[in-house]
Amino acid sequence: MILLNLTLRSLWNRRASLLLTLFSIAISVSLLLGVEYIRKEAKSSFLSTISGTDLVVGARSGPVQLLLYSVFRIGNATNNISWQSYQDIASQPLVDWTIPISLGDSHKGYRVLGTNQDYFRHYRYGDKHLLAFAAGKPFEGVFDTVLGAEVASKLGYKLNDKIVVAHGAAATRFTLHDDKPFHVVGILKPTGTPIDRTVHVTLEGIEAIHVDWVNGTKVPGYQISADEALHKNLQPKLITAFMVGLKNRAAAFRVQREINDYKREPLLATVPGVALAELWQALGMFETVLRIITGFVVVAGLLGMLTTLLSTLNERRREMAILRAVGAHPYHVFLLFVLEGGVLAVLGCLLGAGLVYVGLFAARPWVVAEYGFYLRTWIPDLNDGLMLAVVAVLALLFSLIPGAIAYRRSLQDGLTVRV
Amino acid sequence: MPNVIELHNLHYRWKGQTHDTLAIAELHVAAGEHLFIRGASGSGKTTFLNLLAGILHPASGSLNILGHALHSMNHSARDRFRADHMGVIFQQFNLLPYLSVRENVQLPCHFSTRRKQQAGDMQATTNRLLEHLGLDSKLWERPVTDLSVGQQQRVAVARALIGSPELLIADEPTSALDTDTRDGFLDLLFKEAAAQGSTIVFVSHDPHIASHFPRVVDLAEVNRPPPQTVALYTSP
Repeated sequence: MILLNLTLRSLWNRRASLLLTLFSIAISVSLLLGVEYIRKEAKSSFLSTISGTDLVVGARSGPVQLLLYSVFRIGNATNNISWQSYQDIASQPLVDWTIPISLGDSHKGYRVLGTNQDYFRHYRYGDKHLLAFAAGKPFEGVFDTVLGAEVASKLGYKLNDKIVVAHGAAATRFTLHDDKPFHVVGILKPTGTPIDRTVHVTLEGIEAIHVDWVNGTKVPGYQISADEALHKNLQPKLITAFMVGLKNRAAAFRVQREINDYKREPLLATVPGVALAELWQALGMFETVLRIITGFVVVAGLLGMLTTLLSTLNERRREMAILRAVGAHPYHVFLLFVLEGGVLAVLGCLLGAGLVYVGLFAARPWVVAEYGFYLRTWIPDLNDGLMLAVVAVLALLFSLIPGAIAYRRSLQDGLTVRV
Repeated sequence: MPNVIELHNLHYRWKGQTHDTLAIAELHVAAGEHLFIRGASGSGKTTFLNLLAGILHPASGSLNILGHALHSMNHSARDRFRADHMGVIFQQFNLLPYLSVRENVQLPCHFSTRRKQQAGDMQATTNRLLEHLGLDSKLWERPVTDLSVGQQQRVAVARALIGSPELLIADEPTSALDTDTRDGFLDLLFKEAAAQGSTIVFVSHDPHIASHFPRVVDLAEVNRPPPQTVALYTSP
């Protein structure tokens, strides 16, 4: 007890120089915890983007690629699939519902997704939430559009505004579908998923803006107005992908195999959870590297502490001699240094955890506004506790070095102080 | 009552040295005695004190303190013995700068249950000691860095005396004091040591202080290491 008291008083006495040490530990610890938090949040955010969908079906490529472009709006489809195949599979007895997806156009950097009303009926995210409307309702007319929360807030759109869709992902003046504007009829509530950054239109709308286009370019002198387009056959011939909900989840792998063996067209069906796991495995390497780096940062922080402890050894020689004179054993002196390392590490861990907590709290409004992503309150779990324990143990191991030196010196010096 | 210190044929040699630093044939100190040991620097004074305090272990010979054979005790037993039975006062900087006057005085009681028991009511004992040593009660809770060197040395005496150890070891405690303060300090030291019957071994190179002591031992006279044989030439 007296040793802990002495340690604390002695630390407090040298607080000015120790504050920096404490901060370097705290910052490395907060980095360690922060990286772990982001990793977990990113994972849960990815996992919460899609739920309740049993299969995602698209042109044959890789499952991860299919999932990335169809669900996460990352990258592009290599190929489309025919409406005929889609109808064929959708009508199978095991299939409960389907959501067709048509991608390829954009609006001011936001992806445009062509779909039908089943999207609002069946698409679920997070904890099996359906999409909810902040204003308006699902689209009905060919040129109606429903905006994701971020699209509306960032671009300042409200109901009844007109927006123009651009062909492809890049917005140049020459590729605008400016003859056929869309009419905002609904704005979705934020979901914290890529849906917030999506412009939803009807499949027929996608078809309509492309009726006077051939092979991806406008045909000069050939123009069909929006009204005329409505009278054309707007039944899509191709879609990018579709999502499938089954009557019985247990049949997922059977239906998947059937789709993958589909004779008329090379198709790929993937179970979202399996593809996500595959994606995560691919990112695992990166995660490991990140962890190793943060691990080294922590070691660097603790080495800073070791340096400070070692540099105080000389100036504390008298302190040690006094303690020896009043009856302290050399192992008391040793413990004094180890305790000091321990106290510094524990304080550093607490301060680091506090930094993470306060930092997330402070960053939350900005992250929500900027990325539509809600940072949940950081609640340390067993894993975090374990990491902090490792930091503390490392600190104790490190402080064994100055402790041992002090032990040896106090044996040699005894009551005489050589300064 | 046996002698507080009895040493016989005590030898000590630093590691790697070829001759003894210290070789004392015989020295006895009676209980309650105030002994002045005069020794210039380099006379083995420090080694002698470290042996007495049980920091160093004699190479040979016997060292009995209060009837206990220090020469046959192991390291931690000697540490415990020092904590229980000895008060030590240094030249200066005796005190831990981050503790208050009171906390510094009570420090030995945390390392020795015997001294704690003998101190009884620790706060009252501390107050009494500080009062007797002429330290204003306003200073008691202050950090020791606020005190003058003379005041600090008196706090060191209070610390050495708390819990009534039988033996006080003082290593040049007055060298940082001016003459007036020094005499006052010695008077207080003697009075308080006498009050609890502690024996004093006081080491200094300063011959002026010697006159205050009833018994003076010159370390150079008692310490007689065998003549050093220095081979300057090796005969072919």
